[in-house]
Amino acid sequence: MLRAAAVAFCLAAFTLPAAAADYLPIPGGSFASVLPPDGKAAPAIVAPFRLRSLPVTNAEFLDFVRTHRQWDRGRIASLFGDSQYLAHWSGPSELGAAGRNQPVTRVSWFAAEAFCESEHARLPTWYEFEFVAAADESHADARGDPAWRERILDWYARPSTTALPDVGSTPKNFYGARDVHGLIWEWVGDYASLMISGDNRDQGDPDLLKFCGAGALSTQDRENYAILMRIALLSSLKAADTTANLGFRCAKDATGDGK
Amino acid sequence: MNLFATCILCLGAFSVNADGAPAVPARVLTGTSGQAVASEALPGDSVYQLDIPLTSQDAHVSKLSDLRGTPVLIAMFYTSCKYVCPLIVDSMLRVDKGLTADERAHLRVVLVSFDPEHDTPQALKAVAVERHLDLPRWSLDRTDAESVRKLAAVLGVQYRAIENGDFNHSTVISLLDKDGRIAARSSRTGEADPDLLAATKRELAGK
Repeated sequence: MLRAAAVAFCLAAFTLPAAAADYLPIPGGSFASVLPPDGKAAPAIVAPFRLRSLPVTNAEFLDFVRTHRQWDRGRIASLFGDSQYLAHWSGPSELGAAGRNQPVTRVSWFAAEAFCESEHARLPTWYEFEFVAAADESHADARGDPAWRERILDWYARPSTTALPDVGSTPKNFYGARDVHGLIWEWVGDYASLMISGDNRDQGDPDLLKFCGAGALSTQDRENYAILMRIALLSSLKAADTTANLGFRCAKDATGDGK
Repeated sequence: MNLFATCILCLGAFSVNADGAPAVPARVLTGTSGQAVASEALPGDSVYQLDIPLTSQDAHVSKLSDLRGTPVLIAMFYTSCKYVCPLIVDSMLRVDKGLTADERAHLRVVLVSFDPEHDTPQALKAVAVERHLDLPRWSLDRTDAESVRKLAAVLGVQYRAIENGDFNHSTVISLLDKDGRIAARSSRTGEADPDLLAATKRELAGK
């Protein structure tokens, strides 16, 4: 018994670190965001950056909590994660029935940030995510294609009671990234800044008592429901919140080591 | 209105979430200088779990958790802000003025900048002087960009840099108890918030 435990301990201690995550070069550029930076029609500018090809998996996150114990569910400060943080794992550092290659979900923004920092990365910005999410398999910007939009919306219509597929189960998009649509929702670093007014009448009349500076952002592309739903979800969250379908992937600047 | 509702939900969530962490109230010894000597573990829902560096208007370097030991009013702002930020300062001054001299001596008031790029200690100092703030009981601080995002997240402040050097941001004044837990929040600006004042007096009385 003791011996078995010792063997298990050694195995755990000597498990080789997972292969370094695969980061794709993303050229960046100027594009029409649903949240124009000036609240009207100015293009968003995305500098070249690198993005993980896949969302972070349960196995990768497990490696992280084993080396950063303050982020295991038994120890995380409640400031940084709600009561459902990693609740689908069988223990603070055991996955149980959670699949190793399923995307990790039930992680807070703080935990996602900490994971990315541990691999010298950061969460992507909203514009970075939106830029990559505009692509289909063969076009950098497929947002005008009704068939593609339809395909994404089919995913939203799927019941969320079935188990999440493994990462990498959707085709590579134009940049080589997978699962940008069709698997999970993903945190972005600046999720808290996606303020959109539900009422377009407010746009020319910013509530100066609530918002300092120019008016809140407007939503240019009302047909792009898939993206608007992401914004609606993200802007409803607080940084300690977790949900069963919300995970993340990390990004890095194009040059240098990390952020 | 919407924002206000969100704040109430937030407060609710904070108390629910406390079950994941040691719920024992930490006993804190407060020295004559107001510096806290923490004798017990920080509560899990304390804002001071976020241990970010701060640099004040006098270039004094500290950690956020150094504020532990006394109630704190905290908000975020930036010095070049023309509309709301002066009103945030007004609201905090109104709470301050509603206290007795004895109460006031035990309250810290902290404003942290969204704009580390432009808000140098000198820029912060200029605002402090212009507004006749009671330094160092009041402090205007800067931190690094990453810490700005984390602090905004724990305080529930939404913000975004916009093009001409301005920020869009929500207005949230938070009252922290001695251990850094959020005891009250206010989104009222430029006017007295009697609820915030009452909560501040309550915290200062040690409840």
